[in-house]
Amino acid sequence: MKLLQLPPKELRRQLAGQGIWLRTGPFSLMVQSRIPSVAESLAKLYGQFEVRSVHEAFADFHVSVNPPANLRRWLRPQVNFSFDGVKPFKPLSLEQAYPMLEQGLSWCVSTHAHQYLMVHAAGVENNGRAAILVAPPGFGKSTLVAGLVLSGWRLLSDELTLIDRKTGWIHPLPRPVRLKNESIALIRSYSPDAFLNRTSRDTAKGTVAYLRPPKESVRRQHEPAQPGWIIFPKWVADGESQLLPRSKQQSFQFLTQHAFNYSHLGAEAFRVCTDLIQQADCYDFQYSRLDQAVAVFDYLAASAVTSKAGN
Amino acid sequence: MRIPAELVSLVFRNPDATHRFSLGDWDRLVRQARQADLLARLYGRLQQDGVDAAIPAVARWHFEAATVLAETQKIEIRRELKLLRELLKGLDVPLVVLKGSAYVAADLTAASGRPIDDIDLLVPQERMDEVESALELADWHPVDLPEYDQRYYRRWRHDAPSLQHLRRATVINVHHAILPDTARFRLDAAWLRSRAAEVPGFPGVAVLSTEDRILHVATLLLHDDGLPHGLRTLSDLDLLLRQAATESDFWSQLLARAKKMELSRPLFYALRYALHFFGTPVPNEVRDHLASAAPSMATLKLMDGIYTRMLAPNHHSCMDALTPLARHAAYLRAHWLRRPPRLLVPHLLHKAFISPYQREPKPA
Repeated sequence: MKLLQLPPKELRRQLAGQGIWLRTGPFSLMVQSRIPSVAESLAKLYGQFEVRSVHEAFADFHVSVNPPANLRRWLRPQVNFSFDGVKPFKPLSLEQAYPMLEQGLSWCVSTHAHQYLMVHAAGVENNGRAAILVAPPGFGKSTLVAGLVLSGWRLLSDELTLIDRKTGWIHPLPRPVRLKNESIALIRSYSPDAFLNRTSRDTAKGTVAYLRPPKESVRRQHEPAQPGWIIFPKWVADGESQLLPRSKQQSFQFLTQHAFNYSHLGAEAFRVCTDLIQQADCYDFQYSRLDQAVAVFDYLAASAVTSKAGN
Repeated sequence: MRIPAELVSLVFRNPDATHRFSLGDWDRLVRQARQADLLARLYGRLQQDGVDAAIPAVARWHFEAATVLAETQKIEIRRELKLLRELLKGLDVPLVVLKGSAYVAADLTAASGRPIDDIDLLVPQERMDEVESALELADWHPVDLPEYDQRYYRRWRHDAPSLQHLRRATVINVHHAILPDTARFRLDAAWLRSRAAEVPGFPGVAVLSTEDRILHVATLLLHDDGLPHGLRTLSDLDLLLRQAATESDFWSQLLARAKKMELSRPLFYALRYALHFFGTPVPNEVRDHLASAAPSMATLKLMDGIYTRMLAPNHHSCMDALTPLARHAAYLRAHWLRRPPRLLVPHLLHKAFISPYQREPKPA
């Protein structure tokens, strides 16, 4: 059963009670929250995802977001993220309840799922080849991802690329794409039909909203993708889109620095990264206009198909 | 058969019990074992008994991922110990390691599936400053502590504030004693050091003698105030005892050493709870011998009520209505044993009313 098939009232009731069982990529979640705005965002962003009855016995991560039980709820309401009783973060203001849930879920995965090499990167796929997008915050990575998945690319992941340690393929985790500040309006104008949830003000990062993952990406969330490109995107205010080959050695270093569990996996992490770098083409990519950027990526995907056909 | 709420120690005692587990039991087992930091060791136990095939496919990665982490940590600890050995060579201070890092150095079964996040060193008090300076020069820096805690450490504690490596993030705790100077029980550090011996396979690195290592864990079990991983510490003790018991004369030496160090009471409790949770084999003569160190029946009943709750995994599925009270009691008792009242009262007042408003966990 899909989440959207659950009537809103029933969703709110289950979420506030024992929680709802939800599957995202390879992970099952038990999410519990008494906060109505969390129920609303979940219903709208996770509509295509599979839910099961609360009696489903096993979940990988049991998480909750709720106001702490103290007097502050009357003054300045706050919210806590809890992973099975453990609270890894300090409380945030109630308005940030939904972003806190998303960040908490990413934290759960990145600190536990060592069956993968986990890279702090986005992943998109087209014609059977995946592009891994690696960039520091503020480089326009999520904006580019949003533009691509709204133009037919499959969303693999917005910020956590899971690489299978045996096959080197990418396992999708197509959770909502986090957009910040100006990107929110930019994506709304780029694709007026795209659904973004209600904006939260976040003192540290400005405003945040989440883009609903495309239906097709969620439908194919158990289908791994072969890495084809590793791309280091950078948004600039003015200028033409530029795609330039990047040295594999440099790309390797950058990749390892952005892997969450590189040091935890020891020698195997080195092997997985080496294999990845060898089979993928590495590029620096600079863009200022999203439609041009998408055109460059489409060209890249098309030329990969032609070269494959030519072989 | 009714399966008790606490599943982790049940599976250690009887891995075959997992054959009857429902998916819901596995869910609870994984969650409790994660909270107790025993996922990797539990996996090892299931493999050892050949019952790991019983793990349902959906639950398996939790065990495997925890094992990957524990194994890499061991490699890292060995590498750090080699670096430390070179670093301290010039100072001519013997490198005596304690707890998890010692189990790794000596390659004991207690190192199996044991996540080890820091290295514990035992250094003579008069050499503390030199060792700390040498470590700071090599990029190990004190972790940030509020001013009150800094002062408290310097004045009353038996160790320096933890040092963390600037780049590798490994943490070292430098101790000059096992318990604070203010504690009721004393584990004389000079005695411990005098019996510490170099590890055969690891020249330049020394560990405590077998009996001292066990008495150390037994004392920690009842003295460590935080003890977030009580069950893990008890599981360490279980493995240490099982391995040591294969040496002839071990039990009589342990009893003699406990008597000499006036630690028969803590040893009595530790063996009692090791037996309760892990079924640790303790010979009858040893139990008879320690009976003279037991408290009154009334005290023992109370202590059982406290410690069987406090040592269970800190997960809501193995708590009852009395668990919060028992945890508070264990916390107070640990503090009571560590400090005389004239220090204890102001310290607890500070921790209760001032510290919570100064320290908060790291931001999201």
